[in-house]
Amino acid sequence: MLQHARQAKGSWDADDVTSARNRKRVTDLLRRLLLYATFIFWSIVFVAPFLWMLSSSLKDDPQNIAVPPILIPNPARWQNYPEALTRLPWALFAYNSVIKYAVPSVIGTALSCSIVAYGFSRIQWKGRDVMFFICIGTMMIPFQVTMVPLFIIFRKLDWINTYMPLVVPSYFGVPYFIFMLRQFFLSIPQELSDAARIDGCSELGILTRIILPLAKPALAVVVLFRFIGIWNDYLGPLIYLNERDQMPIALGLDLLRQSLGDLGHDPNIYGHIMAINTCVVLPVLVIYFFTQKTFIEGVAVTGLKG
Amino acid sequence: MLHLRLTKSRLDFIKGMLFISPWLLGFLGFSLYPVLASFFYSFTRYDIIRGAKFVGLNNYKELFLVDDMMPIVTRNTFWWALIAVPLGVVTAFLFANLLNTDVRYRPFFRAIFFIPSIVPAMVAAPVWNWLLNTQYGLINCFLSSRGMKVIPFLSSPPLAKPTLALIHCWAQGGAMVIFLAALQDVPRSLYEVALVDGANAWQRFWNITVPLCTPAALFLLITGLIGAFQQFTFTWLLTQGGPMKSTEFYSVYLYRNAFVFMKMGYASALAWILFIIVMAVTIGVYLSSGRWVYYAGK
Repeated sequence: MLQHARQAKGSWDADDVTSARNRKRVTDLLRRLLLYATFIFWSIVFVAPFLWMLSSSLKDDPQNIAVPPILIPNPARWQNYPEALTRLPWALFAYNSVIKYAVPSVIGTALSCSIVAYGFSRIQWKGRDVMFFICIGTMMIPFQVTMVPLFIIFRKLDWINTYMPLVVPSYFGVPYFIFMLRQFFLSIPQELSDAARIDGCSELGILTRIILPLAKPALAVVVLFRFIGIWNDYLGPLIYLNERDQMPIALGLDLLRQSLGDLGHDPNIYGHIMAINTCVVLPVLVIYFFTQKTFIEGVAVTGLKG
Repeated sequence: MLHLRLTKSRLDFIKGMLFISPWLLGFLGFSLYPVLASFFYSFTRYDIIRGAKFVGLNNYKELFLVDDMMPIVTRNTFWWALIAVPLGVVTAFLFANLLNTDVRYRPFFRAIFFIPSIVPAMVAAPVWNWLLNTQYGLINCFLSSRGMKVIPFLSSPPLAKPTLALIHCWAQGGAMVIFLAALQDVPRSLYEVALVDGANAWQRFWNITVPLCTPAALFLLITGLIGAFQQFTFTWLLTQGGPMKSTEFYSVYLYRNAFVFMKMGYASALAWILFIIVMAVTIGVYLSSGRWVYYAGK
């Protein structure tokens, strides 16, 4: 910009500098505005479904099907929430999801994956890397390939309609988390292990007294991701559970959606469904806001080292 | 008494195997055996109630020659793999670049863009269903109140797959995070040198940013393709393969055969074909990557 002024007069004076600087200020400001506008636009697009969910959850049925659509319900029908929560035994579903499914699985995952990852990282033994390669390789097997035989096995074991098929495999390691923990364990200096061995510490002792305390951040990621994965799991419970009393929250939502198809459905069904959806999403969002950093690190680590 | 020399390496081998034994047992029982069993089942007729009956190559013959759902299913799945998956990766890349710019409240925006990817499918599906509903959805209510024609997002065959693809892009938060990490690994000095050489913003983007992000793009493409062939939950909840089977993807059809039609033998054959396709695609993309992926460290 200064060059223009210079070419016109052969040199530039204070006025030219000022006007060029002002022009730059204006274009910078416009750029900033455009950037923020883009951000805000896309943020609305990303968040819109949730806002609509929340808004729908507070409407009665007439409001929900109104044309033109009502963005902010007036009056807000807060009763949708207690009504929706008493329609189906949600406390039972939540108990199933958390106590019967999530907690045992998370404990199993953390325990087994730590032990296995230790074997793949802190001890040098022949064939170790080949075995690890096989371990990772299993992640590529489409679950549909094992889905049918596993169902047949569990049926023979009489484990259908219990949480055993879902929880027990966690105690035998989950390749995704074995991978994650192994990468982390590898980054701990060998000297620590060697020093402990010289002092006569057993491998198990090294694992529990040195490695695990150092691995707390990685274990936090494992626990977090595993919990969220289980909270969201739909196909597993769909295949193995069919009695209502055993259902987790995921299948409870299914039940609710099915009542949409019933002719002569209850009033305010749309609002109820959205209310339950809001309740189910809320824990995930809350957990996320408190553990953001852990989340991002966890996703990034597996993505790059992979 | 066995006179076996317990050397350090032998001892270490035993220790190593002991530590990985949980995984090894699980692998044998929950991975290897089922994989081999499903191979066996693919040559049988099995509907749980009666025993498995050996039928040779009948399932595979039916799959390739007789089943008239297969062309539809294959077309749908390939559409998804060739259009939706790359679209998702590109979208994630563009948004990651946006999220990498210097703005106030950047962590807040990053959180907002990431959240759709952790919301359970069983919630996202009914919400999107409701949002895009032809009669009551927000968009269509708005359009019809203005006297415009409604858009049958999820109820018209030509629109269903593109709609799903857009929702897929909405949920690319995880991929965005991976690209963000890759973007932050690009050395600032490269940009500075380019500036000195007179490169404009577009040139810097296309010649520095894009090539250095190709390893991450490769990873996301491969995992995306593998996921595309397996993706079930969201589609099942949203459309159940409709309308008119336009979203009947491979994994949806497989599930239907196994647990709705109870054709376990046939489903196993489908699963093995899927396995081979996934392997082939993974190897194919990996091999072709030599052409377009740039590894800064090598």
